[in-house]
Amino acid sequence: MDNIIDKISDISGENIYACYQCGKCSAGCPSVEQMDILPNQVIRLIQIGRVELALKSNAIWVCASCFMCSVRCPRGIDLSKIMEALREIHLREDIDHIDIKDVRRENVYELPQIALVANFRKQTG
Amino acid sequence: MKVLYYPGCTLKTSARNFEDSAKASMKILGFELEELERWNCCGTVYSLSSDDLMHKLAPIRNLIRVKEQGDNKVVTLCSMCYNTLKQANELFREDEDARYKINSFMEREKDYEGDVEVIHMLTFLKEVVGFENVSKKVKASLSGLKIAPYYGCLLLRPRSAAIDDIENPTIMEDLLKALDTDVVDYPYRNECCGSYNTVNEVGLVVERTYKMVNIARSSGANIIVTSCPLCQFNLDARQKEVKEKYYDFQEMPVVYFTQIMGKVLGIDSKYMGLELHYVKPELLI
Repeated sequence: MDNIIDKISDISGENIYACYQCGKCSAGCPSVEQMDILPNQVIRLIQIGRVELALKSNAIWVCASCFMCSVRCPRGIDLSKIMEALREIHLREDIDHIDIKDVRRENVYELPQIALVANFRKQTG
Repeated sequence: MKVLYYPGCTLKTSARNFEDSAKASMKILGFELEELERWNCCGTVYSLSSDDLMHKLAPIRNLIRVKEQGDNKVVTLCSMCYNTLKQANELFREDEDARYKINSFMEREKDYEGDVEVIHMLTFLKEVVGFENVSKKVKASLSGLKIAPYYGCLLLRPRSAAIDDIENPTIMEDLLKALDTDVVDYPYRNECCGSYNTVNEVGLVVERTYKMVNIARSSGANIIVTSCPLCQFNLDARQKEVKEKYYDFQEMPVVYFTQIMGKVLGIDSKYMGLELHYVKPELLI
């Protein structure tokens, strides 16, 4: 698929253009403090065709799919699925966000398996 | 009465105190948790890509195992397992096309129709055991505990997986009150702990833990209660890094709801597994 906006819509199954930028997703997101751009800005960048800026942001990786935005969106958009689609665009091009080799051995013993499996599932392809 | 139960990986290692305390408590309540045979990983996180069916196989296989054992209900403890199994099951109930494709792909499995019920232990305690019956078995009074229940994300969201009201849940509070303990109301109880970012973004989780524990303390709590082994790890073990960063930080223990229940119902202390905690829950010893 050549058109990247179509690709995001296709992977996420969400209508990007339904968003009217009320900002409720960003108001409720527990992770905004650690994000370089706000969740509503991620979707706005896609709407105006600046997908490369959304793809470059750390916001898409900080998002851990807690679904706060998805249950509060007045337009019924599941932004967590759009965040996943943006991550997937990197991962499907074989660009992992983390290198598993960087995880230190002592941390592997300390971390619960669900942390490791979830992390590798979300951040490697 | 026997209850079919799906443990998941972490309940066999770092969260074995969650499983042990649950099993021992349920025994006192007259229920035996019977482990699902040949269970596999739930997948941990539910894939949110509409074109990715492959990652839905793992949770569905577990539900097929439930049917093979002649049952149509399965109880979980870990919030992540609960959420993944529940969402995969919902997909099978609602999306005929996905169901057909996955069933066709898993040639050696029997077709699955989405007819297993995935139940979290809190729901089981409320609806099957009944909080009033839990209350009748209370043996020890836990005076001095001021509990901040922490729901996190996956018991409440997305909407299709919610075990209670998504914005104002009371199920954990109701159980804790039935156990004759004091519950504290505080903000952020439904927020994300930082989840798997704890692997490569420790700083992010440290900030989150600092905020959560402080708000719980300023609301009058002296212990946090959860249902998720990842929330438990982030809120408990990461207090080590929080202390290194914030010299004025005061630690707070983080335990599973089943440990509070176990203590109150009088289970043997070997099932409490308090040695697995970073911040020792002195009030439960």
